[in-house]
Amino acid sequence: MGSYIAKRLLHLIWILFAVSFFTFLLMYLAPGDAAMKKLYGQGVAVSEDVLQKTRERMGLLRPFLIQFGDWLWHVLHLDLGNSLKDGFPVAEKLARGLKGTALLSLVSLLLSLAVSLPLSIVSALKKGSLADHMIRLLSFVGNSLPNFLVSVLLIYFLCVKMRLLPVVADHSFRGLILPCVALSIPICSRFIRQFRAELLEQLSKPYVSGAAMRGVKYGYILKNVLHNACIPMLTVVGLSVGTLLGGSVVIETIFRWPGLGKLAMDAITNRDYPVIQGFVLLTSVIYVVTNLVTDICYHLIDPRLLEEGAGGSGK
Amino acid sequence: MQREGLKQTNQKKSEKKAARLRFFLILAGGLMVLSLFAPFFCPNDPYATSSEVMNQAPNWQFPMGTDRYGRCICSRVLMGARTSIFSATALVAITFLIGTTLGLLAGWYGGIVDTLVMRIADVMLAFPQMVLAIAVAGILGGGMGNAMLAMGITGWTLYARLARAQVLSLKKEPYVQAAKLSGLSAGRILWGTILPNILGTLLVNASTQIGVMMIGIAGLSFLGIGVNEPYAEWGSMINLSRAYIQLAPWAVLAPAGATVVTVMIFNYLGDCVRDYLDVEALR
Repeated sequence: MGSYIAKRLLHLIWILFAVSFFTFLLMYLAPGDAAMKKLYGQGVAVSEDVLQKTRERMGLLRPFLIQFGDWLWHVLHLDLGNSLKDGFPVAEKLARGLKGTALLSLVSLLLSLAVSLPLSIVSALKKGSLADHMIRLLSFVGNSLPNFLVSVLLIYFLCVKMRLLPVVADHSFRGLILPCVALSIPICSRFIRQFRAELLEQLSKPYVSGAAMRGVKYGYILKNVLHNACIPMLTVVGLSVGTLLGGSVVIETIFRWPGLGKLAMDAITNRDYPVIQGFVLLTSVIYVVTNLVTDICYHLIDPRLLEEGAGGSGK
Repeated sequence: MQREGLKQTNQKKSEKKAARLRFFLILAGGLMVLSLFAPFFCPNDPYATSSEVMNQAPNWQFPMGTDRYGRCICSRVLMGARTSIFSATALVAITFLIGTTLGLLAGWYGGIVDTLVMRIADVMLAFPQMVLAIAVAGILGGGMGNAMLAMGITGWTLYARLARAQVLSLKKEPYVQAAKLSGLSAGRILWGTILPNILGTLLVNASTQIGVMMIGIAGLSFLGIGVNEPYAEWGSMINLSRAYIQLAPWAVLAPAGATVVTVMIFNYLGDCVRDYLDVEALR
């Protein structure tokens, strides 16, 4: 187990290095001149002389690899540079945004689990019944709805037509409802689909029919089935973190929720590259680390996997 | 007797699957034809603005009403179909070609080619797809080509990983070994012997991706970093009209309905292809 974790951690370091390299490359290749942007942001009149001096001071004239090394060194010290727009440290901005996004994502994730778990269990146990067909139809429709569309429709019907909820989300409970529902619907649909498939696979295994034949109680069998199915389900949940982070950009922009996504969209509008850079880096670190943790949990719950494909990255 | 019955039900099942596949192929094909010939179906000029007919409710002249610039929503939805369907299918086709080629080469040659391709794929998969797409499209500054690039930058990894895994398992098969011993070139073996055997799995995954890409591109356009105004695109139409939703709800509901129906048809088509070919889709 220890060697497995060590191996995965080494892989994690390589991936994080590559991710930061790619993120840096992306901003390096981005059109526009950071020095000019910075000066404009501060309202300074720009002459070619000043521009050149600023570029020099910002280190933009150095070779690419040196710039990258310098940037990485600072990132390792949690210094992501300053915003080109207002000069605030990017790390501070991101930390503030992360709080909002974390709240939104966690509530949405819990909501998705709370809805999809019972529905998928019913759907798998009563396969072929009317309830199963309804649930599958719902999850299919939900899977085809982009979350920006869900949000706009929810706003129209619940806020504009019926005046039930506020359009702009505040940190109150009522303000959280709409963004969380909009964020959960696609995730929920995918959960139902995949959970159902996992449960059906477990239910078709010989141990289930064996236990049923021996007269083992229904609830007891179900408990075992759930226990065995929860391992692959965990991976599905881990992968959904990426969808949550991507979806939150749209949702936060629509509901004006102060989080990472809104920060990123504002930064894109302002061509505030250090903030975009920080956003991409932070979200992928979160994504990679969550998936590593779920993978390790996977192996902790089911040690047989260690013997089979040690070092593999799971499914 | 019993076996005969079983055979019949199986046959019935596969017939049903084939019929369903045909039905959705026709639907999707119809949509494609509609989008291809969209300009001929438009009741009005989709780009003509007019201050006299702003925010009009649906009527005989404008079947779906007008937006705040007085443009015909119906014509814009039809032209938007062209943008959405064309960009999504083209994107899937391109990523499919690139990903499959790289995966085949990586699986066949192994060594440095394999390491390089799979390492790059690993890095791309370390970013949440939409986050990277938003960043790339945001930096490049919108436009359909840039939005497609932003979605495709991670999209090819799916096919590359699949094709590579399949080639690795097929490489040991006697018929591939025989082809190799008979002196066929690598290209001939990959194209003539291996590709036909793995095409089903790849196609199933590609067909399920059309809906995903459609949602992705519409999402980017909604955020204002995909297809830009004045070009008709459903995502950007919804974004533009949502501020006026109280005055002109049809300007949001028409493109919204079109998006849902189209994505659903293409998603269902993907499911039908999967059921028909009976292979599991990844993800």
